[in-house]
Amino acid sequence: MNFNIILEFSINTLALGSLYALISLGLVFVFGIMQLVNFAYGEYIMFSGYLLYFLGVFTNLPWFLVFAISILGGAIIGFLSELVAFRPFRGRSLEALFVSSFAVSLILQNTAVLSVSPRSKAVDLPAIFNEAVQFGEITIPIRNLLTIAVTIILLVGLLVLMKKTPLGIAMRAASENFPAARLMGVPANLVISIAFIISGFLAGVVAIFWSARSGAVEPMMGQGPLLVGFIAVVIGGMYSLTGSVLGGFAYAVLANLLSMFLPNELLSFRDAFMFVIVITFLVIRPQGLIKGTYTEERVG
Amino acid sequence: MNEVLSVSDLIVKYGNVEAIHGISLTIDQSELITICGANGAGKSTLLKTIAGLIRPAAGTIQFLDQDIAGKKPEDVHKLGVALVPEAREIFPSLTVAENLRVGVFGQYHAKQYAEDLEDMFTLFPILKTRYQQAGGLLSGGEQQMLAIARGLVSRPQLLMLDEPTLGLSPTYVDQIFDLITHLKQRKITILLVEQNANRAIEISDRAYLIKNGSVEFNGNADEMQSKIDLESIYLGG
Ligand SMILES: Nc1ncnc2c1ncn2[C@@H]1O[C@H](COP(=O)(O)OP(=O)(O)OP(=O)(O)O)[C@@H](O)[C@H]1O
Ligand SMILES: [Mg+2]
Repeated sequence: MNFNIILEFSINTLALGSLYALISLGLVFVFGIMQLVNFAYGEYIMFSGYLLYFLGVFTNLPWFLVFAISILGGAIIGFLSELVAFRPFRGRSLEALFVSSFAVSLILQNTAVLSVSPRSKAVDLPAIFNEAVQFGEITIPIRNLLTIAVTIILLVGLLVLMKKTPLGIAMRAASENFPAARLMGVPANLVISIAFIISGFLAGVVAIFWSARSGAVEPMMGQGPLLVGFIAVVIGGMYSLTGSVLGGFAYAVLANLLSMFLPNELLSFRDAFMFVIVITFLVIRPQGLIKGTYTEERVG
Repeated sequence: MNEVLSVSDLIVKYGNVEAIHGISLTIDQSELITICGANGAGKSTLLKTIAGLIRPAAGTIQFLDQDIAGKKPEDVHKLGVALVPEAREIFPSLTVAENLRVGVFGQYHAKQYAEDLEDMFTLFPILKTRYQQAGGLLSGGEQQMLAIARGLVSRPQLLMLDEPTLGLSPTYVDQIFDLITHLKQRKITILLVEQNANRAIEISDRAYLIKNGSVEFNGNADEMQSKIDLESIYLGG
């Protein structure tokens, strides 16, 4: 195989992996703190996607503002959904939270269907998202380079937040042992709100790149990334932020390798092959790539 | 004497099962109180309830000038109650430094914290050596010291220690008892749950014996020792 193909494959896989890493990080931030698989996460992405659509089509705002508002919108919907739909049930049962997250997911989907349209709407992204650059013989979409750059910036930012700030340290403490963190004076409401805000923020960023890939938004658009995030998190390890990032990259590598090497007549079974590999991996290593250090005991 | 804590007629339930049936106890400023009792007597439940992890079904918990019964654990901590939990419950992937920093979340004052860290390093030199290591890499005894230091850095008005010597080697047990004696000399108010009842009562001002969720006896060290055969508590007497 020639060098150019490998390079092109690597950059594109890195871009896909970056996107998947952001998706699974958003999911695991909430899971880590609350042990809740938040089914509404996909709809945070969808909500931000629709903000992109509305702001892009109906306003003349500069692009950086459109993006900023959409991302902020994701953070706000994350924050509000926790306040309205999760906080009242907290401390009752995980099942109640689970059902509530389904409800939020359905309500947001139906809101989009009823207030906009069940059909998909073309988003009007800046031209740069559809351009490509030529390096010698290889062609790389600029979108992919942007995805990689933004992911690197966000990962560094989150790393600094989680490792260097008191709030981040408290959040890591809370995701290891929530009751013990509260005993040390870490407010439950604060860390949970922050987790949802970060989750929604990441959803907002994902929305930009996800809708750039398809060029459109639609009410069900959150389901794809939710599944991606779920699988990536399971591969990487449910209890580790680093694990979720690695899981995202591992998933992208696997998906792209299969697309490249599966014979044409089997290509439509790519996802089936994926699942077989993922399930086999989990049989061998059920804790995922990185185990994490979550304390099972929940006090009080 | 100033009363720091006064628990009255406390009832605590797990679901429908009552674990504590109307316990009352008081602690004065600078007192060291030991609570002893057999496994399952309700000692940890009592401490967790005071710390706010469990909401009591009835009764009051007067701490300094307010009733803290049913308050959230983070709020109770802010008022000055620190619980060093039974299983130590340090944060294993956080470094020693980070574990300690969590102990002052929301009440961090740079200068005071720097002093307190120095103080902790004097009390527990191992924490200085291991400062940048993950808490989970420490031995059981070292983790217990970290857990106690994490409680102390918040400068609590009431320090509650739940079986701090549980599972430790004799050397560490001695160290912990020396430490508690030292903290008592510093006039820190301490509520201690201990399985080494004889030893704990020896260094305590007063003690309570809890049996099946009720206070069986209470009194000063001499009274306790003459009233009960402490060994028998643990042998199911
Ligand atoms: N989370 C819980 N759910 C239901 N019952 C519980 C729970 N925790 C404790 N109990 C019960 O409450 C009673 C008191 O338990 P607690 O842990 O307070 O005892 P303890 O005196 O601390 O015992 P030990 O010496 O073993 O630590 C026991 O009967 C115990 O089985
Ligand atoms: Mg106990």
